[in-house]
Amino acid sequence: MEINIDAIQSHVSELKTQVDDLKKNQPDDKLVMVVLSGDLDKVIASFIIATGAAAMGTKVVMFFTFWGISALRDKKKRAKGKNIILKMFELMLPRGASKLNLSKMNFSGIGAKLIKYLMKKNNVPSLEEMIDMAGMMEVNILICEMSMQLMGFKRDEIMDYPNLSYAGVATFLEEARTGHTTLFI
Amino acid sequence: MGTTVDCSGLNCPMPIVKLSQAIRTLGAGDTLDIISTDPAFKPDVEAWCNKTGNTLVSFTDNDGKFVASIRKA
Repeated sequence: MEINIDAIQSHVSELKTQVDDLKKNQPDDKLVMVVLSGDLDKVIASFIIATGAAAMGTKVVMFFTFWGISALRDKKKRAKGKNIILKMFELMLPRGASKLNLSKMNFSGIGAKLIKYLMKKNNVPSLEEMIDMAGMMEVNILICEMSMQLMGFKRDEIMDYPNLSYAGVATFLEEARTGHTTLFI
Repeated sequence: MGTTVDCSGLNCPMPIVKLSQAIRTLGAGDTLDIISTDPAFKPDVEAWCNKTGNTLVSFTDNDGKFVASIRKA
């Protein structure tokens, strides 16, 4: 039987190219989260997942948008130059992680206080501590620039966090495309 | 010489977080004993070892006080 070496060689090189392409498109060990909610319970869950994933050696990217951004406001920082509508948003939205409300059974903040008491009693770190921990564990935070503008948040009022940057939907999509898990919270 | 980390009383996700921090200070082949009272500790430490490639050498339960012995890969 005659063997066509040239045909085999070209077939092998074609396969090689295909394998290289597949390798390039392999997802990274990366978890991507959209945090849209600004509810205390949901933001706590997102940071437990984030710090847990980081402890498992997984890269984590959290994309904060809409109400979620409230969790990243600094309770002491104030921003200048807002019109009356944006000023209203500033006053009505929770000023940071310690001011968030529960999605259920909030009872004007009594529920949130109760949950914080129970967390302390059960040795669950507070949300503020979890955010600090996430920063030390190199969890990346992206903030949706469009939501910042829409809700009138200024960068001056966002908390200090080591791996924080501002981005748009394309950045989120690229992170999600190259990660193996994406969650929407 | 083994290292011991006591996470008694700490809840999810702290035992896994402390474990990941402690293992970083060790060399390959070193063992780490981690003590936890978190009822979810067994499945969690198994999942952690499975993901990170470290070996769970033993797991003992002394009346809800768990000791996981892990060898660093």
